Amino acid sequence: MLAIEPLSAEEILFLLDQSKPFQEIQRHPLKKLATLRGKTVALAFFEPSTRTRVSFATAASRLGADQMNLQAESSSLKKGESLLDTVRTLDAMKPDCIVMRHSSSGAPDFVARNLLLPVINAGDGTHEHPTQALLDALTIRDRRGTLEGLNVTILGDILHSRVARSNIHLLSKFGSRITLCGPAMWLPRELERLVPAGASIRRVMRIEDALEGADVVLTLRVQQERLHEPALATDEYILQFQLTPQRLRIAKPDALVLHPGPMIRGLEIDPAVADGPQSCVLDQVTNGLAVRMALLFLMIGADASSERDSSHAAD
Amino acid sequence: MRIVEKTQLMTATEIDRTVQRLAHEIVEKSGGTSNLGLIGIRRRGVPLAKRIAQAMRGIDGVDVPVGTLDITLYRDDLSKVAAQPVLQSSDIPFQVDDKDLVVVDDVLYTGRTIRAAMNGLFDLGRPKRVRLCVLIDRGHRELPVEATFIGRSVQTSDTEIIEVRLNEIDQEERVVLVERLP
Repeated sequence: MLAIEPLSAEEILFLLDQSKPFQEIQRHPLKKLATLRGKTVALAFFEPSTRTRVSFATAASRLGADQMNLQAESSSLKKGESLLDTVRTLDAMKPDCIVMRHSSSGAPDFVARNLLLPVINAGDGTHEHPTQALLDALTIRDRRGTLEGLNVTILGDILHSRVARSNIHLLSKFGSRITLCGPAMWLPRELERLVPAGASIRRVMRIEDALEGADVVLTLRVQQERLHEPALATDEYILQFQLTPQRLRIAKPDALVLHPGPMIRGLEIDPAVADGPQSCVLDQVTNGLAVRMALLFLMIGADASSERDSSHAAD
Repeated sequence: MRIVEKTQLMTATEIDRTVQRLAHEIVEKSGGTSNLGLIGIRRRGVPLAKRIAQAMRGIDGVDVPVGTLDITLYRDDLSKVAAQPVLQSSDIPFQVDDKDLVVVDDVLYTGRTIRAAMNGLFDLGRPKRVRLCVLIDRGHRELPVEATFIGRSVQTSDTEIIEVRLNEIDQEERVVLVERLP
């Protein structure tokens, strides 16, 4: 699982369907399964991450898998070891798959080409964050009943956002009309080429225009260090692009508000919207567990080397 | 591998009669139906559980709740199967705590499915009692599991398979004994 882009709509729907049983598990009083007992998931986060790492670690734990943890702060990368040597070292400890985040776009792909181990991309540079797009899609489908033909507005720093890219790839496969909105410097024309010919995508500079008729509003985190004079000051961003209750009223009355987190209240999103009835942010977190459990189960649940017939094995 | 049908074990009428009898037995041996809950194991235990609940309505006028359980995540042979099994949803719309549960499945064979089902149920709570109801008991147990309510016991050999075919899933209604030939 390296990216959303090469997946078909059918494959995406299959992954979402397989996530449903794991949504139920989150409601069980006992949430721990033994399904992946004896398997090991290597978590290799070469870039600081809290929520995605905790989510993958919890997903692995709830399936009964053990974990190997590698974090950027404590890793040998700081001592000058190459990426390939680091992951080869992990591989030599015989995990069953590797979940990887890296600040360089394409790093998980590079690792997948050099190891036999299944690799799950947990976010690479400005390229993709496939599990985030899947959990967003699961959240939208649960609330809307479908992914087909929605008006989706993505707000913020689209240029640097792997979340935006994965979501654009995913939603355009279902015929969404995608509107990108943010400061011009984060809205290059090249973004329109992310979708296949014929898919609907447009860039809009005014948030009021971008929200018109929206079914889903995906707000991105704005990295404050990217806001600076004279290009764009923080105050100016808030004035022009913050998702406020007044602006949200321009969208459809039941429009969903998504945010991948971490959310900066008062910057990209008004607290009243973040905590409002249209906000899905906590559902997104819970669904993230379900999607990641489903992926781990699908990737390492069955042993491909065995030749036994599965159809009658259980009874 | 060829699959050859050897005999028909039950007709549609016999299945129906057996379901009616099983419903009567459960009502009779439960000392009241108010605390009962049926759990159908996916896939063919589900329509069977629904039919038993329907039959109970005719006997006692009671509405016994029916839940469905997918045991895939609790199987003990996942690491040995080649093809990834497809997960189905479980849906148990009542609290299992202190309930008098009857797990319903089509065929009781090794007992491993039932072991898995009990693991799944206990993740949901602590039932007061769990009993098992099956349409066919074909023997060859590998675990200490027995059914309280049995539609029919059938002697089988290892190479034989019992196929319960139900309208809701298979668009036909009968039970057959088939054999796998190399």
